[in-house]
Amino acid sequence: MNGNDTRNRVVRFGWALAGLFVVGAAAMVSLRVLTDSDGASRLIAGAYDIIGMDGSADALRDRGMQPVPSVLVILGWALLLGTVGIWIVLWALNSLVDLVPSRWRESVRPYVYLAPAYLLLTLFLLYPLVATIYYSVTEDQGLSNFPDILGDDDVQRALINNLIWLVVATGGSVLLGLVIAQLFDRVKREALAKTFVFLPLALSMVGASVIFRFMYLWRPEGQPQIGVVNALVTGVGKEPIPILQDVPINTFALIAIMVWLQTGFAMVVLSAAIKGVPDELLEAARIDGASELQVFTRIIVPSIRPSIITVSTTIAVAVLKVFDIVFVTTGGKFDTEVIANRMFAEMFKFRNFGRASSIAVLLFLMVLPVMWMNLRNFRRQEAMQ
Amino acid sequence: MSWVKRAPIRFAVILIVAIWSLPTTGLFVSSFRPQSEVATSGWWTVFSHPFEESTWTVSNYSGVLDASGLWRAFGNSVVITLPATVIPITIAALAAYAFAWMRFRGRRTLFAIVILLLVVPIQMTLVPLLRLYTRLDLSGTYVGTWLAHAGFGLPLAVYLLYNYISSLPRELMESARIDGATHWDIFRRLVIPLSTPALASFAIFQFLWVWNDLLVSLVFLGTDGEVATLIARLNELVGSRGEAWHILTAGAFVSMAVPLVVFLSLQRFFVRGMLAGSVKG
Repeated sequence: MNGNDTRNRVVRFGWALAGLFVVGAAAMVSLRVLTDSDGASRLIAGAYDIIGMDGSADALRDRGMQPVPSVLVILGWALLLGTVGIWIVLWALNSLVDLVPSRWRESVRPYVYLAPAYLLLTLFLLYPLVATIYYSVTEDQGLSNFPDILGDDDVQRALINNLIWLVVATGGSVLLGLVIAQLFDRVKREALAKTFVFLPLALSMVGASVIFRFMYLWRPEGQPQIGVVNALVTGVGKEPIPILQDVPINTFALIAIMVWLQTGFAMVVLSAAIKGVPDELLEAARIDGASELQVFTRIIVPSIRPSIITVSTTIAVAVLKVFDIVFVTTGGKFDTEVIANRMFAEMFKFRNFGRASSIAVLLFLMVLPVMWMNLRNFRRQEAMQ
Repeated sequence: MSWVKRAPIRFAVILIVAIWSLPTTGLFVSSFRPQSEVATSGWWTVFSHPFEESTWTVSNYSGVLDASGLWRAFGNSVVITLPATVIPITIAALAAYAFAWMRFRGRRTLFAIVILLLVVPIQMTLVPLLRLYTRLDLSGTYVGTWLAHAGFGLPLAVYLLYNYISSLPRELMESARIDGATHWDIFRRLVIPLSTPALASFAIFQFLWVWNDLLVSLVFLGTDGEVATLIARLNELVGSRGEAWHILTAGAFVSMAVPLVVFLSLQRFFVRGMLAGSVKG
């Protein structure tokens, strides 16, 4: 090893440390400064202080900033930290590896590349997972948390409702997605038509819930109905229905929101699968005298079975965790409770963290089969390569 | 197929499109109607007198943006969403590169952890994280929220990017190695530019997910005006002004505008990401 190389490495080490220090300091400053609406003015005032313009700093601290420039400053800072900052960290980590003696250098490098990801995964998923399981059997009533919540009327209601959601919302979205994909496949402006069904995927569940609360509005009989559904109901001469209060209509009305949101996803994936079914197969069946319905149920559906399973499990997982829709529309009242909403209530309304943890564990147990399935599929894929 | 045979299919398609668009149309139309009108007649009645001046107004929007403070919330949503999208992508891309093109002990086990974490419900993390954040004074901070969203988005990011990066041509990687490129050079100059489609698909998922999220922002940011996101404020409006439909419809539309634009302009990448198999916890 020559002297030049050593010097280069020392210089790089210096830069790497300096980079890490700058990003670390910037992150710390952000923590302290970017917490509230005065963040931007405090940030700039701090900068004024550093360059010695105390007068401007004090003035800015006193009068604050207009909201729009203030947001822009915070946004700029955040973007700089989130983009440039993260790159500096990764680059610095890589440079530090170059300092490792060459014998070990290349065997260390992969772990350094994985380190940032696994740090976050451990902190935000693995550690909390273990901690939640631990709290669920040590806090509140300890081990009796589980018998206790399972005996609770609200939790039982929630479990039954989650089951209804699981079957109806998943089944509904997949079935509708399949039928729509097949129907749209046969018209000219397929892409345009699909966009309309697909669009709700961009919307938040909160937004969708506001939209449907408006659709489901109820006014006493005789008053003009301003919600579409009850306008139709009274239009055919029936009494208006208080949709969000009427059991069991309300749960199905909430499920309809989920179906409206998720059908687009099922449609897109299944449509791609349908287009992958070989034409010769369909032609052969038609020549043998199969009707269009038979072609669909006997040939197309069986050939795209793997896609149907993937779509169903993905939607099923989303449905099991449903929270926003119930939280925004009924808050779990009128027998519409679901597990995720129950957990949130235990956590924030009653501050029963042990009970909340055990309800979360129930939810976890429900997605456990999907986790196992994903792992098995992954193993199979790896084996094929 | 003859025209007669096609007609029922066409009719069905138009009917489905109409049903799917009806809810959003109602919201959109109502958000431009005066308060008194929204409260007393159905939104569809506008089509009987669409050209009268009294039918339409934009005052709901100015009302909800200024009086209800949605401008501030809009800014918060932007400030939270962009870094919460960029951070996990960058970190995940490096990890995905290591998984795809480096050989090391424990590779399969470490990747299996990512697969397992794909569908873990966020509810499983809330109690411990809330406690940790309270102790570290991270509750109600932007940085804390970015990191939480980054952590929750990582499994899907690593998984999607791994699928893509591992399918890049082997010869390309090998010839770069022979030319003396280091792993870092290859990652930065070859892998990142070549993976743009995959990076874009995940970026859209994460962007929509963070922008539209309610749970994480309720738990880590709270609902008070200073740092609350648009979605959290909209949820709060439902509670406080639940019958003021002129305000709610305008507020809901404000919260949807950005995701709709992003979604419609980048639909291609979104579809590609979905077809690459996507599940998120």
